[in-house]
Amino acid sequence: MALERILLKGNEIIGEAAIRAGCKLFFGYPITPSTEVVEYLSAQFPKRGGDLVQAEDEIGAIYMCYGAACTGNRVMTASSSPGVSLKQEGISYAAAVELPMVIVNVNRCGPGLGGLGPAQSDYFQSTRGGGHGDYRTIVLAPSKAQELYDFTMDAFDLADKHRNPVILHTDGFLGQTMEPVWLKERPEMPQVDRSWVVDGAKGREKRVLASYSLTNEIGEANNLRWEAKYKHIEETEQRWEEFHTEDAEYLLVSYGTTGRICKSTVLNARKRGIKLGLIRPITLWPFPKKAFEPLIDNVKGMLTVELNTGQMIEDVKLATECKKPVHLFRRQGGMLPTEHEILENLISTFNLTNEEA
Amino acid sequence: MQKIFGRSAGLTDVPFSFCPGCTHGTIMRLIAEVLEELEIIDNTIGISPVGCAGFSQDFFTNDFIGAAHGRAQAVGIGVKRSLPDRMVFTYQGDGDIAAIGTQHAIHAAARGENITSIMVNNAIFGMTGGQMAPTTLEGMKTSTSPYGKNTVTDGFPIDMPKLLSNLPGAVYVAAVSVDSPKEIVKAKKAIKKAFQVQIAGLGFSLVSVLSTCPTNWGLSPVDSLQWLRDNMMPVYEMGELKVTEEVAKL
Ligand SMILES: Cc1ncc(C[n+]2csc(CCOP(=O)(O)OP(=O)(O)O)c2C)c(N)n1
Ligand code: SF4
Repeated sequence: MALERILLKGNEIIGEAAIRAGCKLFFGYPITPSTEVVEYLSAQFPKRGGDLVQAEDEIGAIYMCYGAACTGNRVMTASSSPGVSLKQEGISYAAAVELPMVIVNVNRCGPGLGGLGPAQSDYFQSTRGGGHGDYRTIVLAPSKAQELYDFTMDAFDLADKHRNPVILHTDGFLGQTMEPVWLKERPEMPQVDRSWVVDGAKGREKRVLASYSLTNEIGEANNLRWEAKYKHIEETEQRWEEFHTEDAEYLLVSYGTTGRICKSTVLNARKRGIKLGLIRPITLWPFPKKAFEPLIDNVKGMLTVELNTGQMIEDVKLATECKKPVHLFRRQGGMLPTEHEILENLISTFNLTNEEA
Repeated sequence: MQKIFGRSAGLTDVPFSFCPGCTHGTIMRLIAEVLEELEIIDNTIGISPVGCAGFSQDFFTNDFIGAAHGRAQAVGIGVKRSLPDRMVFTYQGDGDIAAIGTQHAIHAAARGENITSIMVNNAIFGMTGGQMAPTTLEGMKTSTSPYGKNTVTDGFPIDMPKLLSNLPGAVYVAAVSVDSPKEIVKAKKAIKKAFQVQIAGLGFSLVSVLSTCPTNWGLSPVDSLQWLRDNMMPVYEMGELKVTEEVAKL
C-alpha cells in the first residue's frame, strides 16, 4: 500500500493515529489546547466505526475509559492540565486494576487555570503517578507531528503489553501546529493476553476487576506485584534520542517541544566549536537512565531545558548520580526559549572560554 | 419432594456479610432472581460502588467491576458503550449516587444511557459509620448531624428518583421498599421491569429501594422496618414515578 502523507493539526494527528491503532472508544471533555482531539474523533468515529461520549466532566470521562478498558477494547481520553488533574483519581484506579488505556495530556501552563501556552509543568504529575497510591504510568513525549502519530500508536501497544495506563505527554505548541505526517499502517495489533477481561461470564467462571484489598497481606502482595511490573518496564522500555553525543563535553537534556529547539542549539554550538550534544528523553517514565551511562565520564556538565521550575532535572541528577554538574534553563508560563537563548545560557552557566565558545 | 424455594443461581455461596437485619441482602437477592428469570446472568456485568453496597461484587455470580466512590454509572457507561449487547447494572448506595456521584447520575439519565441503576436508600452513609447523607431526613441524628439534620445548615433531603424522572432520557424510574413481603413483591417487579427496559434498549432505568441500616440508626431490625415506614415513606415519593409509553408496552 502506498504510504499516504497528510497535513493535519497536531491534535488531529493523535485522533487519526488512535483510529488506525484500533481505538474504538473515546471519552472526553473539551479543554483548550486539547479540544481538537475530541472534535476530530466526533467527526470520524461515526464514519469509521467507534463510539464517543462527550462526558459531563473529566472524572466521568476517565471512568468511562475505565469501564471500557475492563472489556478489553482499546480506549483513549484526551485533556489538558486542569482536566488531567480531575482524571487523576481514575488513573490511580486504572493503574490498580491494571487497565490498558491511553491518556493524552496536551499540557498547558499552571498551576490553577493557568494559560494556554506550551508548558511542561505537569512532568511530576505524569511521571510520579499524580493520583493517590504508589503507581506508575508509562509516559511518552513526542516532539514533532510524526511522533504524535507514531507514539500514539506505540502508546496503545505499550498499554496492552504491560496492562497499564499510558500517558501521551504533549503540549499546546505541538497540539496546535500543522505539519505533514506519513500515515504508517501498523501491520497488526500485538497479541496480548485478554484472559482477564470482564465481558459476561458465558462459558466460564465469573470475573471481578476491582482494587479493594481486604487484608494487609493481600495489599502487600498486590503492591509487590505492581512493583515488579514497574521494575520490568523500567528495565525494558526506556526510550530516548541522542543527537551529537559521541564526543560531547556538554549535554543538553530536554524533551518534547524544547527538545526539538535544542537540536538547533546543538548545531549552532558546534559551529562555534563547543562540543555539545543532546539527550532527548522519549519515555519520561521510565526515565532513560541508560542514555547517560556510556557518556557521563566524558561529560563536563549538563543543562536541562524545561518549561517549568525544574522538574526533569531531578531525574537527570538521579540518573547520573550527580557525578557531573547539572543546571537548569527554563522558561515558564507559556514562553518558549529560542535556540540562541539556550546557547547563551549554556556558555554563561559553564563559563565557557573564548576558545570553547 | 418438590423444592419450592432455594438460593438463586444469581448468587454465589458466599454468605452475606451485612449487619443483622440489614435489607441490602434482600435487595441483592431480588436482583439475582431477576437476572436468573430473565436468563441474563452470564451476559450481565455489575458495577459495584464503595460502601456496604460495594460487597455486591462478592455475592453475585455474574461478572463485576469495582468502581471508585460515586463513579459506578460512568464505569457502567464505558462498559455498555464498549459492549452494547451486554446488560449492565450499577448497585449503589444513596451516598454513592446522591452525594459524590450526582453528576454522573444526572448525566447518565440525561443521555438516556441504556443501563440500569439500583439505588439503595438507607438515608445514611453506612460503611463509614453513619454520617449524614443527602438523603438523611430532616431532624435525623447522624454522626455528622449529632443535633439532628437542620435544613438551614445541612439542606433538604434529595429525592433522587423524583429528580431523575424529570429527565427525558430516564424512561423508567421507580421507588420501592423491602420492608414487608408485599413491598418486596412490588420491588422485584420494578427491578425486573428496569432490566427489561435495558434488554429492549429503551434508555436509562433506575429503581430506588428504601433500605434499613439498623446498625447506624441504632434500632433493632424490626424497629428499623417500622421506622422506615413511618419516616422515609412519607418523605420519598413511592411507586413508578416514570413509565414512558414505550416502557408501558413492554
Ligand atoms: C473518594 C472517596 N471519598 C470517601 C470515601 C469513604 N466512603 C466509603 S463508603 C462511604 C459512604 C457510603 O455510603 P452509601 O453510598 O450510602 O453506602 P452504604 O454503605 O450505606 O451502603 C464513604 C463516604 C471513599 N471511599 N472514597
Ligand atoms: S452498616 Fe448499615 S448498610 Fe452497612 S451492612 Fe450494616 S446495617 Fe447494612
